[in-house]
Amino acid sequence: MRIFDVVVVGAGPAGMAAASAAARHGASVCLIDDNAKPGGQIWRGNDIYRDDRFTGLQEALSDSGVVLRGESSVVAHPAAKVLRIETLTGFEDIGYRRIIIATGARERFLPFPGWTLQGVMGVGGLQAMVKGGLPIEGKRVVLSGSGPLLLAVAAALATKGARILGIFEQASAARVINFGVQLLRFPGKLRDGAVYRAAARRAPYRTGAWIIEAHGDRLLQSVTVSTNGVVRTIECDYLGYGFHLVPNLELPRLLQCQIRSGYVDVSETQGTSVPGVYCAGESTGVGGLEKALCEGEIAGLICAGQSGSHLYKRRDRQARFAKHLDRAFAPRPELKKLVTPDTFVCRCEDVPRRALDAMHSWREAKLQTRCGMGPCQGRICGPATEFLFGWNSEHARPPVLPARVSTIACPVEVSRDTV
Amino acid sequence: MTRSVSTQPEIPNVDLIINDHLVSVPSGSIVAAALLHTGIAIRESVSGEPRGPLCAMGICMECAAIVNGVPRVRTCRVIAQQGMKVVTG
Repeated sequence: MRIFDVVVVGAGPAGMAAASAAARHGASVCLIDDNAKPGGQIWRGNDIYRDDRFTGLQEALSDSGVVLRGESSVVAHPAAKVLRIETLTGFEDIGYRRIIIATGARERFLPFPGWTLQGVMGVGGLQAMVKGGLPIEGKRVVLSGSGPLLLAVAAALATKGARILGIFEQASAARVINFGVQLLRFPGKLRDGAVYRAAARRAPYRTGAWIIEAHGDRLLQSVTVSTNGVVRTIECDYLGYGFHLVPNLELPRLLQCQIRSGYVDVSETQGTSVPGVYCAGESTGVGGLEKALCEGEIAGLICAGQSGSHLYKRRDRQARFAKHLDRAFAPRPELKKLVTPDTFVCRCEDVPRRALDAMHSWREAKLQTRCGMGPCQGRICGPATEFLFGWNSEHARPPVLPARVSTIACPVEVSRDTV
Repeated sequence: MTRSVSTQPEIPNVDLIINDHLVSVPSGSIVAAALLHTGIAIRESVSGEPRGPLCAMGICMECAAIVNGVPRVRTCRVIAQQGMKVVTG
């Protein structure tokens, strides 16, 4: 088993910044990601969008001797300071002295009638599909949910020739305007917003609006939208929807890091409650690219024995932006009423709301109804049941992703260096 | 920071075999996008609903299929290769 000074999990902006900072100061570094190539969700499909910061980090990584493990998922933590990763063909144990968790965030999906139809996807999910070759030119697209991602994706898809029939933001006009006012303190974010809006200028943007039902036979055909109480139906090919983002907490939970208010609790050096375990990027607060880069750099420097204090001020500013985002785009309680007794809440196991109404906790729901027991391990229905019923899923047990028996069954190679 | 949209040169196609049918997609496409575009359900849910991809970032597992004989591969993670065999549920 190879043991690295620093193992970074997640090769998005935070992970890339962390790995390159640590390696620059002489640490041996391994960077692990689910995807074949670094970049994360934001820089996926880098051949289409070019960002100098991405190319800069790519070059820094290739010059620095960082060992990349792509198409590799962390499934377990079989011994102290050892991660077990599964690849398409096998598995590997990787030892670390320090670890930086940079696993990012995912979209929050809330159930509504018709959300399981083919053609209903995440907002970022639809964009990722288009970056991955899905033809979108001339397609009728509706975007709905909450958060700045709606505008960013509308802009990207409009640029590729999609017909954006509407952008429906559940937050009230008052909240969105207040958020816009807060943005005045973050000129970079304001500029991004203006660029996105300009690119998708033909698409109507409505606040206080959300999808109440998606219709279709196998494939999505139309959606019914409520805009400030006025209901209408729109025919479309794709619905991209998602309610802002929620952090990926499976690995920090597996490593028993303390979670506070839904995010990994970190010190000013990005250290978690567990010695030797650091966290950077969206898992500490959903705040976007600058925050991720800054926190990654700090964590990388600290893990290589350097100081990151020159970056604290910048980081704290971005962390404040994350709080504004959470407040402005928190899902409104009315969205709970969309879920009918027959609507599936857990789409892995097809568990309808009716079966969950009598349950008192996430654990009881798992045992009695199989909610959250399917292949996604509650990654989709967990945030949904937290919103709908106030349940909290606190524990993560290995394997944190479905893994092959051969991956789980094999004992850890014993090595004195790991302890 | 510069963000530019590069001009796309003609992209060569690769041929996938999806459930014994030949499907041609632009090189560099992800397998889940090819499946979604063809309208083939990637899996049948436990109550019999046809399903397609949801998150496209390796989280939801809705796009898991058999790829070159390996079961439960998240097809949103996989770039299409010439001759790749995909079997949906």
